Amino acid sequence: MHTPAAKAGATRKMKKDQMERSEITEQLTEIMIDVFDLDELDYRDDLSAADIEEWDSLSNIRFMVSVEKAFGFRLSNSEIESLDNVGEMVDLIQQKLA
Amino acid sequence: MSDVLALPWLLPAPADFRARVRALKAADAVTAADVVALAAYGLDLSQLGSLGKIVDARRDDLGAEGRLRPVLLGIAATHTLDLVAEALPATALRHGLLVDTVQTDYGQLAQAVLDPASSLATAKPDFVLLALDAGALGLARPQFEAEAAEAAVQSALDYVASLRDGVRANIGAGVVLHTLATPAESLFGSYDARVPGSVRWLIARFNQRLAQEIAGDADLLLDMAALAETVGLARWHDPLRWHDAKMPCALDAIPLYADHLSRLLAAARGLSRKCLVLDLDNTLWGGIIGDDGVDGIKLGQGSARGEAHLAVQSLALDLRRRGIILAVCSKNEEAAALIPFREHDEMVLKEDHISVFVANWTDKATNLKAIAQALNIGTDALVFLDDNPAERERVRQELPEVAVPEVGDEPSDYVRLLSLAGYFEAVAFNDEDRKRADMYQANAQRASALQKVGNLDEYLASLDMECTIAPFDDLGRARIAQLINKSNQFNLTTRRYTEADVAAIQADPAKFTMQVRLVDRFGDNGMISVVIFDRGEQAWHCDTWLMSCRVLGRRVEEAVLAHVAQAAKSAGAARLTGEYIPTPKNVLVEKHFEKLGFAQIGDREGGGTQWALDLASYASPDLPMQIDAKTAGQTVPA
Repeated sequence: MHTPAAKAGATRKMKKDQMERSEITEQLTEIMIDVFDLDELDYRDDLSAADIEEWDSLSNIRFMVSVEKAFGFRLSNSEIESLDNVGEMVDLIQQKLA
Repeated sequence: MSDVLALPWLLPAPADFRARVRALKAADAVTAADVVALAAYGLDLSQLGSLGKIVDARRDDLGAEGRLRPVLLGIAATHTLDLVAEALPATALRHGLLVDTVQTDYGQLAQAVLDPASSLATAKPDFVLLALDAGALGLARPQFEAEAAEAAVQSALDYVASLRDGVRANIGAGVVLHTLATPAESLFGSYDARVPGSVRWLIARFNQRLAQEIAGDADLLLDMAALAETVGLARWHDPLRWHDAKMPCALDAIPLYADHLSRLLAAARGLSRKCLVLDLDNTLWGGIIGDDGVDGIKLGQGSARGEAHLAVQSLALDLRRRGIILAVCSKNEEAAALIPFREHDEMVLKEDHISVFVANWTDKATNLKAIAQALNIGTDALVFLDDNPAERERVRQELPEVAVPEVGDEPSDYVRLLSLAGYFEAVAFNDEDRKRADMYQANAQRASALQKVGNLDEYLASLDMECTIAPFDDLGRARIAQLINKSNQFNLTTRRYTEADVAAIQADPAKFTMQVRLVDRFGDNGMISVVIFDRGEQAWHCDTWLMSCRVLGRRVEEAVLAHVAQAAKSAGAARLTGEYIPTPKNVLVEKHFEKLGFAQIGDREGGGTQWALDLASYASPDLPMQIDAKTAGQTVPA
């Protein structure tokens, strides 16, 4: 997550980051709809397994593999275990793509 | 050719896949055709899961429709097969099956199989997959003493055998075993192959001996080792998923795993494809015979293109040798189409390898129907190989039940794609298979004889038929079970029995059984009819009556009736009774009993009709064949 100070710092960069962030969340929403077989999904950064009935340990593995495939990198086990919600996943994707 | 894990012989999933699944979810009624159409694409794991949920939700309706064959698969595994189980219901639709699964609890494999009161046993699955990994079998670590190495393999085989026996004895289900995938890692490097007791050595040894041990059994064997090698071991194995969740393979490979498992189950149910229909121009040879002439087409050694087409022909011929019928369906003048078969030195396929040869300008869907009709098989038994995407699309639209591999425009890929698709999955290979193509050949000749003779009685008399009727015996059992499981059209009750069931029926003195063979002047048709009656004091009741459609209209059924009528009469029974249980495929025999002189005595609960024949007033007819009836105790010549 960006600190408030960092956000206040470089406006131009922040805009670019926000653009990318919205693209990532858009793509992630599509992936989650497919993986969890949802009719629709209102994306929020604090979405987690507690909010989605179909999100269990098995579909979580499918989710991780789908993210790896869509963004073209591999997530380590410790990275996966460190995630508490979808927003943190977006942060991680941004870091990996940077 | 795209990635093997994407099932490249299938069309990729359409952009509106999700919308179509959603439409089905909301629909009032869902038919087998709806779900099968979506399953026909190369779906990923999530897409298979979504479609699978529709199948689960509509299972009763889909089952009642009768187009898909229901199979309950028990899964007893030492690792996580939940995602395979999730992928199976949708995957199996491609192979004509309506699959449901029941899994053992984690770590409860042996209890589930060995305890007749376990939840697995009480679910009464049709098959049980015994999925044990190398670790669970004690083969994941090296054994450097030669004796210990052999002992480790022996003890793994013994364990599998005890579980296999448990499935048979306590659950009464068919057994599905699998070979072990070789690990991607080595210990010595290349030298692993030479060290008795290296993990690679142990696994190779286990796989080889497992296949030997079950030779001749009805057990099914999924060759996971070959599957993993085809994918590539470093891609097949995903160590992170193994350590994290005991996934036996990479998630990407699960759709392929599920497809291989489905085609094996379908083969056990007699649903594998029977006939390969080949296009000619740019499929069997490069170029267009009508334009390029016999000297201008590309075929044979010396050019990549010519060798690629030669490889297609060699595969077709090898398939024919194992019992797959070959047909040709080409847009051509027949005279031109035949020239390469007659005049080109490098043609591997000859005219007489082709059971039905259709070259004309009619649309291919119509021609495919005619080919199926000439062979007396369903269009759902056809595979159609054509380089032309427009022809493929047309056939898919008109006849969705025909398998049309997506082969692209590179002929070098055709052999691999056809093989990857697994249309001709087998669970046995016997003399009947070896002779089948010739039998169908002879059938085509018979059809033309019919045209020449014109009069049916004269035609039948001209066939010099010899019909052999004998009770079930050990020698015939595999073929009896095969016929019982794959005959759909001429089948009065469509009851399916396993080989074990057939053995029990054979041993049961309360059953009267018949296996019928027919030879004629064109060749041996092999076993063509199977009949089971329950002997009652007053009435003998027909449990099963089926016949191969190859010998339709030969009056074999009358010979069968004469035989059972005589036996019942001498046993003191007063009548024969039978029933017709309708299915989507057996309308052919709706009037079977009526035609044989039975009187209708009522309707059957749940659909169908009931019939009886008074033996006192029955007289056996004169038949245009020589009948050789054998009684129990006599052996039947193979």
